[in-house]
Amino acid sequence: MSEKEKKQDTKKKNAGKIFLEEVSKSSLTVTILAIFTGLVLGGLLVAVTTVEVYQAFDISFWEGIKTGASAAWSTYEALFYGSVGNPGKIIDAIKVGEAEDIRRAFNPFFDSLVVSTPYIFAGLAVALGFRVGLFNIGVEGQLYIGAATTVAAAIFLKGLPAIVHVPISLLAGFIGGGLWGFVPGLLKATTGGHEVINTIMMNYIAFRLSEFLLRGPLKNPEGFTPVSAPIEESAQLFRFFKSPIRFHIGFFIALFVAYLVYLLLFKTTWGFTLRTVGANPRGAKYAGMNITRTTILAMVLSGGLAGLAGANEVMGVNHNLALAFSSGYGFDAIALALLGNSHPVGVVLSAILFGFLRNGAIQMQLSAGIPIDIISILQALILAFIAAPAIIRTIYRLKEPDIDIDKVTLGGWGGN
Amino acid sequence: MKPILELKGITKRFPGVLANDKIDLTLNKGEIHALLGENGAGKSTLMNILYGLYDPDEGEIFVNGEKISVSSPRDAIAHGIGMVHQHFMLVPVFTVTDNVMLGDETTRAGGFLDRKSPAARIREISDEYSLEVDPNSYIRDLPVGVQQRVEIIKLLYREANILILDEPTAVLTPQEVDELFTIMRSLVDSGKSIIFITHKLREVLTFADRITVIRGGKVVGTTTPKDANQNDLAAMMVGRDVLLEVNKKPSEVKDKVLEVKDLVVLDDLNHVAVNKVSFDVRGGEILGIAGVQGNGQTELVKAITGLSHPVEGKMTLAGQDITHANPRTITEIGSAHIPEDRQQDGLVLSATIADNMVLNTYYLEPFAKNVVIQEDKVLENAEMIIDNFDVRTPSPLIPVGSLSGGNQQKVIVGREFSRPIKFLVAAQPTRGLDVGSIEYIHNRLLEKRDDGCAILLVSTELDEVMELSDRIAVMFEGEIIAVVDAEGATKEQIGLLMAGVVEA
Repeated sequence: MSEKEKKQDTKKKNAGKIFLEEVSKSSLTVTILAIFTGLVLGGLLVAVTTVEVYQAFDISFWEGIKTGASAAWSTYEALFYGSVGNPGKIIDAIKVGEAEDIRRAFNPFFDSLVVSTPYIFAGLAVALGFRVGLFNIGVEGQLYIGAATTVAAAIFLKGLPAIVHVPISLLAGFIGGGLWGFVPGLLKATTGGHEVINTIMMNYIAFRLSEFLLRGPLKNPEGFTPVSAPIEESAQLFRFFKSPIRFHIGFFIALFVAYLVYLLLFKTTWGFTLRTVGANPRGAKYAGMNITRTTILAMVLSGGLAGLAGANEVMGVNHNLALAFSSGYGFDAIALALLGNSHPVGVVLSAILFGFLRNGAIQMQLSAGIPIDIISILQALILAFIAAPAIIRTIYRLKEPDIDIDKVTLGGWGGN
Repeated sequence: MKPILELKGITKRFPGVLANDKIDLTLNKGEIHALLGENGAGKSTLMNILYGLYDPDEGEIFVNGEKISVSSPRDAIAHGIGMVHQHFMLVPVFTVTDNVMLGDETTRAGGFLDRKSPAARIREISDEYSLEVDPNSYIRDLPVGVQQRVEIIKLLYREANILILDEPTAVLTPQEVDELFTIMRSLVDSGKSIIFITHKLREVLTFADRITVIRGGKVVGTTTPKDANQNDLAAMMVGRDVLLEVNKKPSEVKDKVLEVKDLVVLDDLNHVAVNKVSFDVRGGEILGIAGVQGNGQTELVKAITGLSHPVEGKMTLAGQDITHANPRTITEIGSAHIPEDRQQDGLVLSATIADNMVLNTYYLEPFAKNVVIQEDKVLENAEMIIDNFDVRTPSPLIPVGSLSGGNQQKVIVGREFSRPIKFLVAAQPTRGLDVGSIEYIHNRLLEKRDDGCAILLVSTELDEVMELSDRIAVMFEGEIIAVVDAEGATKEQIGLLMAGVVEA
């Protein structure tokens, strides 16, 4: 390769390439093997918790093994049907040609994408914090506040065209979440109060505040339960298909926002500052960067992204605000951001994985009566293996990477 | 005479690196054997193998002619091999006795610590080798030189006969170095044997009995001080001829660039670290600040570069008041800073070389247009600096943390020198670097001075300060106790000043 070509080659670095380079240094292998190992152990767990398996062992050893394997298999089959769809049903529906049946058959797949969408926003929120060395545990609370401000904008502003009302409502969610991130950011930057503690406290305030709002100002005047009025139709996110498919444009908005976060982090001077403060605060200070301002900005952006997750849910799925509408997206997002190595591409991929697992698990519980906790355990196993790559390296005798400094590390612990 | 220690064909491979390649080394009873080599030559790997921290891939170790295997420091101690690390392994809030017996505590009556008999033993050892260490004093109250003697006592207490000293002089004043060598001599006179690791040529020639030079994991040769001189040894270490004396033109002094008046700076614990310091640096001269580490130099540099702010006094740079300016303002006036702790302050190790080369200019044209980083310009800049400053790297897009120390320093020097600057603070610019890189950085500093730049050089290496500076200011306990002309100053004179002795 000539000098010039080499130059060209190094210049053409884009999102995918940087991400692939980051993961190809062994962490991609580890990730895949971690998922695989998690699935194997999860299968074993299903087998040992199934009563029939023990009864089969009474008959013969092989019978026991067979029953155990089939129990694990049927769990994963149900998971697949629930998250992607039942291939048999899809083929049948297409053969018959009944539109609603076809939609029903494809619904699991699209619904998994619907569940992935808030994960993308929330994962980006945590990832952005990680890149700046901040541990934002407050995504769940920021998500609730974002949802509340969105609902306020989506209910009380009337008569706007959708092209105006949708962006305004999203912006309201971003501002609400951003405000909730601003407080711990300010505390961290000015007093050194640790963001882990403060974001957790802000979560509690957010939960109670949204409860108060739902019993007071935001409560549907015509209802008896703590639920808001339905949002204006002009503030609803566009749905691509008829019922029962809920797949809406929020998924593509999330992908677009992920792209924006990527541009911000890797292509702008702001991102340079954010990443430098995260990677080495002392080096950032030496280089003349303003750590106080950067910390606050990062928490506002992170909170804003979390707020968008809430906005997406109320505008795209629920069309109103209810108590406890988000069952822990903000907390799963922490794990998910780690899984994605805090890179927007990685976050999108792991958000989709989480979306499929979670949606599949719900369907699995409904159709096959298998407890949803299996999926929690599966997620926990996969994450434990990714967080402790040494285990996977030992099991599969992988070589240690030469230098492992491209992992995003956290400066936040220990009060730095 | 049978050698007390013999290493035969020691080979150690790390992924992609042959750290030790069939190394043979013999240590005779009662000798000081210097192990000389650049950073990364394999000295530390070899000693870590001997001390049981690494397993060799090949090779054998003999003590008193008997083959031994060492798989932990405990084994090493059992065979009479002890090591003093460059960074001391002492607990500051414990006494000397506590530290010495740590890991090998004597107890009486079912688990109560017995401090009396170890203290007596320490006193015995101290007297035997005239170490002058009080077993009851606390480590935190002892000067560095004495702390080092405590480390040596730890080995003698465990009855080590072979002592490995890793860069023992790096932290000492010239006087303390002399004392250390007196102690080493008395140790070998009473039958101990010493391997002493260093990259300082002068010490080796003065104090060693035999010298083994290692380069690139191989033994280049073994010689004695009688048969070698500094230039020979430097050439053996680096593999080519090295210019040891810098060529210094007389300085053409211009206007004052930096003026510091009555500066008072506190350290992290709010103690006065810099006390009423006043000096100035002119264009075209190097003002060297000499002093033992920890006498306020670090805090002084922090204040001048805006990383901390003084509580009293005033500083002006090129006529502008910078007393309370932030680092970016000071940089923009035309100041550059080679920081003391290059990995913590000067670089972002996980970021690419290219990004590190624009660490303090990334927001300016041509590297950014509005807020968009111009990656092609950043890359061009990196390629230019890599060429001009001879940074050895396969690509500008690898993390800077994967470079060697010398190349990391070249990244910083290249970045700071590639801007138009009027003033430069160089804090320990060659600490931990090999002879080749030191030569290179020294020449670059002198070039900048000849260009009319004002340079403040802070270094604990007295040789460096004396060779490069036009004037030398000596710091002791936060004060500048003397400023002397480098011409005509002697090492003894500066050494005494560094110890706080002001001639009447």
